[in-house]
Amino acid sequence: MSYRDQANIIQLENVDKFFGEFQALKNITLSVKKGERIVVCGPSGSGKSTLIRCINRLEEHNSGKIVVNGHELTSDVKDIDAVRSEVGMVFQSFNLFPHLTIVKNLMLAPRLVRKSSKSEAYDIAMQYLERVKIPEQADKYPSQLSGGQQQRVAIARALCMNPLVMLFDEPTSALDPEMISEVLDVMTDLAEEGMTMIVVTHEMGFARKVADLVVFMDQGEIVESNPPGEFFDNPTNERTKLFLSQILTH
Amino acid sequence: MSFDLALILDSIPKMLWGIGLTLELLFVSGALGLALAIVLLIMRISGRWYLSAPTMAYIYIFRGTPILVQIFIIYHGLPQFEFIKDSIFWPILREPYGCAILALTLNTGAYVSEILRGGVLGVDRGLKEAGAALGLSTTDRFIYITSPIAIRLALPAYSNDVISLMKSTALVSTITLLDMMGIARTIVAETYAPYEIFISLMVIYLIITWGIQRTFGWIEKRMSRHVRSEA
Repeated sequence: MSYRDQANIIQLENVDKFFGEFQALKNITLSVKKGERIVVCGPSGSGKSTLIRCINRLEEHNSGKIVVNGHELTSDVKDIDAVRSEVGMVFQSFNLFPHLTIVKNLMLAPRLVRKSSKSEAYDIAMQYLERVKIPEQADKYPSQLSGGQQQRVAIARALCMNPLVMLFDEPTSALDPEMISEVLDVMTDLAEEGMTMIVVTHEMGFARKVADLVVFMDQGEIVESNPPGEFFDNPTNERTKLFLSQILTH
Repeated sequence: MSFDLALILDSIPKMLWGIGLTLELLFVSGALGLALAIVLLIMRISGRWYLSAPTMAYIYIFRGTPILVQIFIIYHGLPQFEFIKDSIFWPILREPYGCAILALTLNTGAYVSEILRGGVLGVDRGLKEAGAALGLSTTDRFIYITSPIAIRLALPAYSNDVISLMKSTALVSTITLLDMMGIARTIVAETYAPYEIFISLMVIYLIITWGIQRTFGWIEKRMSRHVRSEA
């Protein structure tokens, strides 16, 4: 556990984010150390997705400070592409490039951003396709794969950039129930290998098993954040209790 | 009314002498118009008002006026300006052929850039975000993600515009060019047989249109192979 004592990979201080009049994030402060696994949960519209989308600047925060791997994210950050290439992201709707085969989906960013040669990029791509256990799909197009397979490809695509941290934005919410576990298995493996992860999810079983810290958000605020044992067994805030009772009763 | 079959058989080969010019106008102004459309598109979606505002004005003018008027202005109007006669473009603009290419290019460029813009707007935002999240630069995202998908989306509308352009080439007969329409009008002037001649001409245009449709159908099928599922 020694490397977890190192400096924060991600640091958010008093971050506010507005969409017009609507305040999506209120005074968010959160730090993530190397190797830490954080699960963010909360009702829909609570700002969970906005929070992680601010970390790779798909959304621009309005005030406060966000530092990713030593780079502060500001409106004149020149190397935002460089910061993004260190931060992998997996989306709810997979967002695989439909016009490219699976292996070419994986090769695109290493080729263009890392300037890898074609054979290097191919080797990296196949290595990660093996890791998510679908190398045999390499030459198919995304539309020919199931949702679970597509999401595993999306995870592999992000891993090809060898990111310092992985962001997951409700990675299983668009999947049929029987496909959820194949994606969670890949994510669990990744966590066990020491990947730094921030996961927005409603999969409380995954949170309990994998998370170092569970963060509960409501109405743009972090209401409660605790290790999973404490979070699930002794929630202190009324809103957390209500949320957990709604999500865990079935 | 009776059809003079012999006249039809006699005049079709004559009109086909003009098919070379018709197709040349189609391909040259089609290619130049596409290049112009791409430049206009990039200016239009640049997000900079001093680039997008002139583009919008340009598109408004060329889509908002009859192409026949545009051809006349370029052919009859431009030579009235001395500075145009002195410019390096005069050898081109002096010839009706040059004027025809210019008018068709400027006109189709305006339409095609709007067609391409429709394609670009149709690209799923999530795909561009996925590219951004991987660290791709804005330019790389446009070239490798947005463009290929936008082209596929724009193709049906674009094929429509190519057919439109092909039909518009007939208007160059009004500025002395002897394309198929120009030859047909000459024959009609000599024979006073408009039905036979123009109906034959229609058939020739329909065959060209069929060729364009088949070509684009084939391209669409090729570009959609990723949409077809094997499962």
